Amino acid sequence: MWFKNVLLGVFVLFSLIGCSGQKLETKPTINIWHWMTDRDPAFQELAKKYEALTGVRVNFELYAPSDAYSQKIRAAAQGTNLPDVFGILGEKRDFASFIRAGHILDITPYMEANNNNWKNNFFPKALAVNEFASGNSYGINPGIFGVPIDIMTIQMVYNKKLFSQLGLNPNRPPKTFQEFLDIGVKIKAAGMQGLVSGWGEVWMIDCLANNYAFNIMGKDKVLATIKGEVPYTDPDWIKVFSIFKQMQESGILAKGLVTMINKSAEQIFANEKAVFAFNGSWCVNVYKGMNPGLEYGAMLPPEASNQYPIAIWGGAGSSFMVNARSKSKEESVKFLTWLTAQDQQAYLAQATNNLPANKDSLTKIPEILAQFARGMDYATHPNVWGVSEFSLVIEAFDRGIQSIIIGEKSPEQVADEVQKIKDREMAKKRAR
Amino acid sequence: MKIKDTLENYTFILPAVTIFSVFYIIPFIWVFQLGLFDWDGISFTKVFVGLQNFKEVFLQDRNWWQSMWNASYITLIAITLQNILAFMLAWACDREIKMKNFYRVIFFIPPVLSEVVVGMVWRFIINDIDGANIINRTLTGMGFANLAHNWLSDPNTALTTVAIVHCWKGFGWGFLIFLAGLQTIPRELYEAARVDGASAWQSFKKITLPLMIPVMVLVAILTVLGTMQVFVLIVSLVGGEFAGHTSVPVLRILASMRGSSRFGYACAQGITFGMVLVAISFIQYRFSKKGQ
Amino acid sequence: MKHAFYYKTEKIVINTLIHLFLISVAVTCLYPLLWMIVSSLKTQDMIFKDISLIPHQFRLENYVQAWKEGGFGRNFFNSIIYTVSVVFGIVIISSMAAYAFSRLKFVGSKFLFIMFMAAMMIPIPGSFVALYVLLNKLHLRNTPIGYILCMINVGLSTSIFLLKTFFDKMPKELEDAARIDGCSKIGIWWHVALPLAKPVLAVVIVLNALTVWNEYILALIIFDNRQFMPLQVALQTFQGEFVTNYPLLMAGLTITALPIILVYLFMQKYIVKGVTQGAVVG
Repeated sequence: MWFKNVLLGVFVLFSLIGCSGQKLETKPTINIWHWMTDRDPAFQELAKKYEALTGVRVNFELYAPSDAYSQKIRAAAQGTNLPDVFGILGEKRDFASFIRAGHILDITPYMEANNNNWKNNFFPKALAVNEFASGNSYGINPGIFGVPIDIMTIQMVYNKKLFSQLGLNPNRPPKTFQEFLDIGVKIKAAGMQGLVSGWGEVWMIDCLANNYAFNIMGKDKVLATIKGEVPYTDPDWIKVFSIFKQMQESGILAKGLVTMINKSAEQIFANEKAVFAFNGSWCVNVYKGMNPGLEYGAMLPPEASNQYPIAIWGGAGSSFMVNARSKSKEESVKFLTWLTAQDQQAYLAQATNNLPANKDSLTKIPEILAQFARGMDYATHPNVWGVSEFSLVIEAFDRGIQSIIIGEKSPEQVADEVQKIKDREMAKKRAR
Repeated sequence: MKIKDTLENYTFILPAVTIFSVFYIIPFIWVFQLGLFDWDGISFTKVFVGLQNFKEVFLQDRNWWQSMWNASYITLIAITLQNILAFMLAWACDREIKMKNFYRVIFFIPPVLSEVVVGMVWRFIINDIDGANIINRTLTGMGFANLAHNWLSDPNTALTTVAIVHCWKGFGWGFLIFLAGLQTIPRELYEAARVDGASAWQSFKKITLPLMIPVMVLVAILTVLGTMQVFVLIVSLVGGEFAGHTSVPVLRILASMRGSSRFGYACAQGITFGMVLVAISFIQYRFSKKGQ
Repeated sequence: MKHAFYYKTEKIVINTLIHLFLISVAVTCLYPLLWMIVSSLKTQDMIFKDISLIPHQFRLENYVQAWKEGGFGRNFFNSIIYTVSVVFGIVIISSMAAYAFSRLKFVGSKFLFIMFMAAMMIPIPGSFVALYVLLNKLHLRNTPIGYILCMINVGLSTSIFLLKTFFDKMPKELEDAARIDGCSKIGIWWHVALPLAKPVLAVVIVLNALTVWNEYILALIIFDNRQFMPLQVALQTFQGEFVTNYPLLMAGLTITALPIILVYLFMQKYIVKGVTQGAVVG
């Protein structure tokens, strides 16, 4: 008896849920899917403002964490259910695939309208990440396909208080690699921890290795290596691998570095337990939340060679793309234009301690953030090189460096292994 | 009459088979055939490459087999350490002791906690720089200072440490199932044995063990299946694959899918993984049948 | 005389050892839970500075904030609906199937059972995308029914396996008695098999409840509407891209862990002895 009642109850519940939730949208609406948890409140504020201004409703939906967001975007792409505006988290190669599949609107005409009006608002490097240049290896017609809404750089930071404790000048961070290593000796002697970074997440290793590669052999040789013209067993690359060995031996790297995710590294630095950190400009907001009283400064990675300038990764932080199949294309573009205008960018920058993508919004930012911004001059980014390395090679490269740091392999061994995989992948590519 | 009988039988399994066919078989076939293609997960075009992906998995992907080895290691520790612990605890709770219910609840807390929390907390307990370093401090306090170690950051001990934390999280399940099994052994059997003068050990050997063998096989199979697929715990404890030392198959598959955008290859890896699991479970099952 | 004394001491010693063993394991189980709860009462900057277990702060407002910011109300309700529906569905469907595999004879019985077993053993990577496309075609994507059906499938194989193992061990006399009394097959299943299987059913319920309650990735991918999201998805909002609000996260996790612990508390009562007492007689 009660069983039948339970069944009935469940059935009623079902119908209630099933029927609810499908409201008809009479107002023009733009659906935006994003992953930026920290900025959701700021986005919601801006959405309200925009609606008051234009009557167009902007619906920001947050799907976090970024891994899950990525999967959702890819699943939606398969079912052609993408929202009006979204972001692509991944490499240029994936970006190109999305474009080829017809998911992304080419916004070059909008950018270049009225004498490049919109385009000129941005830092060139921010736009470059969303651009496909002529002659790129992805086979995409040249154009701009995404809108940057902030910029970031990945540099080093150092704790000023710990510098004083070590007897170093807190306003003079190390400029050369040798100085850096010497500090490492001091750190080891004092029993402190040196550099922390999320090197359990291999892409951060890739970043620093790449920075030193540019410094040691110059951009052209690095790109030539990616194209397959220079092997990884070249002495310059061995030098790059040796950088990590030298760092490990000098004591400048923190214990357990290879098992850290970036969040742990951020905690450690915020708790003043490490002297250096290798992190992106988003860390300003993070450290502020964890330890508002932290005294620290930003610096470029110390130069290992004076032949070529040191490079850092920087450019667009987060970008939005417009769905080419969207029914509200024009409205979406209009909204993104508004979002990247000076006032809105300044608001976002202040609310979330990020660097704005709009050149003219760089007014009132905290000094530490300004230090990061100054690094933009040295910034480059894999997404602007026009070529991508094979993912298996990158994996072997990063893992190899991890092995060097834990002392399991030598730089020469790693170079050999990486080159072997490179050869194999090149052969596969030629066979196609 | 016979037809009605047969139809009745089929109605029992109809809902299960329907749901299963739609939500498992169809995706399975889709994934299975994807292993034969080269696809990045985004484009609408795929390239047929036949068995090339599988060849690569078996012959060239050293990282894959390393991850299988690591997962097997963790599973081995789980089958032994975790299940022996679970069994002992279940047996202890089966007896007439006080605070039984209290223990039964407490032991189930680890499975209830999400793997992210478990990783976070244990990392906090074990690590020294970003944690409280409790284990090392206890060892030093007890006089075993030379045993203090970077459990999670030393490549030699990282995997074992992860395996132990996994055991901690998982024993609650074995405990539950063993307890359920122990509870269904009729008390009269023990009474009869005691009357006959059997010692505790003898009644354990002659009554408990034989009757629990099917349950033990069940738990062993479930343990293998669950443990081989571990991965969230590894990311929250050691940040990732730690230069291969803590690599596991699921992480490798995810890396292929997301990092390298090789969806087809990831499917081939997944199918291979599934085959290995089936083989192991099959061997376990046969082994148990022989033992009976 | 001596023998009895020795016997008694032995008993006390063994019992003490057993208790020590149980307590030490219990302590390791409790510590993380306490850490989670104590952390949820702190502020963000204190959480990693102050490592003792004794709370110096009692910010209960963290819970209120977590509840509000996470939009917990609706999502909590959703999670309960999904969990109840899925568990209910699995219990009925898998026990029927397991009973059939164990006790009924029909063509293809063994084959189908092996299929279910194989499904239990072969995880499908990337199944999310497949399910997404499938549900889309069936027009069930972004609906609770679609999600519930998917989740029923997730737990089906293991539950069938657990129940069949149990049904195989079940004594046949009771079923024979019922059949002689004129009970239909469904009747035997409902009146005899299910009540006897209470301990295993309890395990099945707890297992599946936990799976559904903790699931979030499938929900995140197939639902586009915030209204349908379960609790775990709401929880993710505290684990930001860059900043993780730990106290709120811990508060959220504690709130999330409570219902499952309650389910377990309720169910574990059924894993008690004496379930078969009286069955043979009555």
